[in-house]
Amino acid sequence: MLALIPLFPLLGFLINALVGRRLPKTVSGSVASAVMVASFVVSAMSVWQLAALPPAERVLEQTLYTWIASGDFQLDLTFRVDALSAVMILVVSGIGSLIHIYSTAYMHDEIDSEYARYFSYLNLFAAFMLVLVLGANFVVLFVGWEGVGLCSYLLIGFWFKKRSASDAGKKAFVVNRIGDYAFILGTLLIVTRFGTLDFLRLAEAVGPMAVEEGVFGVISIATLLLFIGATGKSAQIPLYTWLPDAMEGPTPVSALIHAATMVTAGVYMIGRNAVLFSHAPETMLIVAVIGAATALFAGTIGLVQNDIKRVLAYSTVSQLGLMFLAMGVGAFGAGIFHLYTHAFFKALLFLGSGAVIHALAGEQDIRNMGGLKRYLPVTYWTFLIGSLAIAGVPFLSGFFSKDEILYETFHEGHTILWLVAAITSLLTATYMFRLVFLTFHGERRHDAPAPAHQEDEESAHGAPAHHDHLHDAPPAMALVLIVLAVGSVLAGYVGVPHALGGHNALSSWLAPAFLPGTGPADAVLPAEEAALELTLMGVSSLIALAGIGLAAFIWLTRRELAARLAHAWSGVYTLLLNKYYVDEIYDAVIVRPTVRISQDGLWRGFDVRVVDAVVNGFGSVVDASAAVLRRLQTGSVRAYAGSLFIGVVMILGYYLWR
Amino acid sequence: MIPLSSYLIVSAILFAIGTAGVFLRRNLIVILLSIEIMLNAVNLSFVAFGRSLGNVDGQIIVFFVMTVAAAEAAVGLAIVIGLFRHRESLNPEAFTTLKW
Repeated sequence: MLALIPLFPLLGFLINALVGRRLPKTVSGSVASAVMVASFVVSAMSVWQLAALPPAERVLEQTLYTWIASGDFQLDLTFRVDALSAVMILVVSGIGSLIHIYSTAYMHDEIDSEYARYFSYLNLFAAFMLVLVLGANFVVLFVGWEGVGLCSYLLIGFWFKKRSASDAGKKAFVVNRIGDYAFILGTLLIVTRFGTLDFLRLAEAVGPMAVEEGVFGVISIATLLLFIGATGKSAQIPLYTWLPDAMEGPTPVSALIHAATMVTAGVYMIGRNAVLFSHAPETMLIVAVIGAATALFAGTIGLVQNDIKRVLAYSTVSQLGLMFLAMGVGAFGAGIFHLYTHAFFKALLFLGSGAVIHALAGEQDIRNMGGLKRYLPVTYWTFLIGSLAIAGVPFLSGFFSKDEILYETFHEGHTILWLVAAITSLLTATYMFRLVFLTFHGERRHDAPAPAHQEDEESAHGAPAHHDHLHDAPPAMALVLIVLAVGSVLAGYVGVPHALGGHNALSSWLAPAFLPGTGPADAVLPAEEAALELTLMGVSSLIALAGIGLAAFIWLTRRELAARLAHAWSGVYTLLLNKYYVDEIYDAVIVRPTVRISQDGLWRGFDVRVVDAVVNGFGSVVDASAAVLRRLQTGSVRAYAGSLFIGVVMILGYYLWR
Repeated sequence: MIPLSSYLIVSAILFAIGTAGVFLRRNLIVILLSIEIMLNAVNLSFVAFGRSLGNVDGQIIVFFVMTVAAAEAAVGLAIVIGLFRHRESLNPEAFTTLKW
C-alpha cells in the first residue's frame, strides 16, 4: 500500500503531462489536487496502521523488487514508514494538497497548456518528495533527492521567458549539484565501509561501534560528506545562495518546495541517519555551528530586504539553520518538530504573500505596499497568525518548537550557540513584523524606484500594476489560508513540553526512529530542569515580544527612524542590502575563474589544440596518402582483371612450390 | 580408357585460351565468350576428377557452375547492351570513367 503514496501524484503527473494540454483548467487542476488528497488519505491510513503497532516495532515496509544484486551486495526498491517518515509523509502530502488547491486559484490567469504544465510539475515534485521520505536506503532516497531537485529547477524556471527566472533555475540546479556530489561520495564511503545502504541495517552496524570522539574517522568523514549534500538541498552556508533567487518561481511553488518540504530534506536526512551522526561528534559540532551561523547570517539579511518573498526566503534559510542547530546538538526530535511546525506557518506566510501579490497584480516590493489590512482582511489576519507563530509568541506552534531547540541547545551546554539562536529569534520577530507593518498597516505607498524593465511579473499575470481595484483572496485561496492558520496555531500542541504539563507526544513518538529497536523515551523531568526550561521559555517569549515591539516602534510609529538608522549605519545597511556580497564573491572567486579556465584553457587550449588537432591530423594523413594511392585506380577493367589473375597465380604458386 | 591426365591437359589448354581471350580481345562480347570458355575448362576438370575418383560431387558442382554461368551471361549481355547505348562502342578501354 505504501507504493500508492508516491504513485498517486505520479499518476496525476502522467495525466497532466500527456493530455493536460487538451483539458480545461478545472479538470487538470482538480485531477492534480485529487491525486494529492488521495495520497494524503493513503498516508493517513498507513500512519494509523503504524500507530496501532507497539512502539518498538513501528516499522511498515514494502519491497517492490530487488533493484541491484551483485555478489553479497543487494539493494531493494523498498519503501519504509517509521515514526519519522510518518511525520514527513503527512506533512508533504497534507501541506502539498493544500498548496495544490491554492494553486488552482493562484495560477488561473495562465493559459490551459501552461496551467497543465504547472500542475504536472507540481505533481511530479510531490511524487519524488514522497519517494525521498519513504525510501528505505540511500539510493532510493537519492532518487527522490535528485527528482525534487529537477522539479525545483523546472518550477523556479516556470516563467522561463523571463531571463531572471531561467537563470535562477539554473543557479539552483548547479548549486545543488555541488552538494549532491558530496552526497554521492558519502554514500559510496558508507557502502564500501559498511556494505549496506539500508538505513536500518546501517544503524544496526554502526550502533555498537565506538563514538569517534576527538578523531576524524570514517564515520565523521561520511557524515560530513552527507552534511555537505544537506547544505546544498537545505540552503545552508556555503550553498544557500540559490534559495533566495528561487523566489522567481510562482509563489505556491516557493511555499511548497522552497519553504515547507524540499528544503527540509537535508534535516530529514540527518534525522534518518541519527545513529550515524551521533557517532561523529566532530561532524555534529560542525552541523550545529553551520546551522547557527546560517540562522544568524540569513536573519540579518532578511532585516533589510524589500521584496516580500525574499524576506520570507531568508527567513526560511534562517529557520532551516535553527533546525540544523537542533540536529547538531543531538536534539533530533526538536529539529523535526520545528520542521513540522515550520511547514505550516512558512507555507501560510508564503501563500499569504502570494495572495498579496495576486491582489496587487504582481507587485512584490513592500515599499509599494501598505494599508492593505483594510482591503485584504482574510490575508491580513492569517498572515498575522503566521507571523506570530514564526516569531515564537507563546502558545502558537512556533513557540513550542523553537523553544525546544533553544532549551536543548542550552541544556547540551552550547551557551554561545544558544545566544546566537536567541539573537536570531529576536531578528526573526523583528523582520517578520517589519513585513507585516510595512505591508498591511499605514497608508498605501508607491515609494520604490520604478523597476528597470516593466514586464517582470506583470506579464505573467497579464494585468497592469497598481490598479486600485484590490480584491481579497478568492475562495480556494482563502480556504487554504484559513486551514493553514488554524494549523499554525494548533500544530504545536502535539509537542507541549513536560515543563508546561504536556507529554511531548511528538518527541516520544519520534524517539524509536532515532534509536531503532527501542521504545519511546518516557522522560521524567527533574524539577530544576523544568525550572530551567521555564526560565528559558520566559526569556524567549520576552525576546519575541521585544522583537515585535521593536518592529512596531520603528516601522509603525516612527517610519523616518528606519531611514535615519539606515543612513547612520549606511555601511552596514549597504552590506546587508547586498546580502554580504556573497553572490559577487562567489562570482569572482569561483564562477569567473571556472569560465576563464574552461574557455581559454579547456576549450581554446585543450579541445582545439589537442583533441581537434589529433582528429584533424588523422584526416590529413588519410587525405595525403589517398592522393598518391588513387593513381592505382585506372578504371580499366582489363587492368583490374590482370592484377586479379596475377594475384591468383602468385598465391597458387606459393602453395604449390613452397 | 583415356587417362585423367589427358582431360586435364585439354582443360588447361581451354583455360589458357579463355584467359588469353579475356586479356587480348578488345570486344566485350568476345571477352564474355572467353570467360565462358574458362568456366567450361574448369567444368571439364571437375567432371574428369569426378569420374576418375568414382564420385558424383564433381558432376553436381558442374550443374551449379552451369547455372551461374547462364545467369552471368544474361546479366553480362544486358550490361553490354546498356554500355553500348551509352558509348556506341564495345571496346573495354572506352569505359574507364567508373572511378573516383
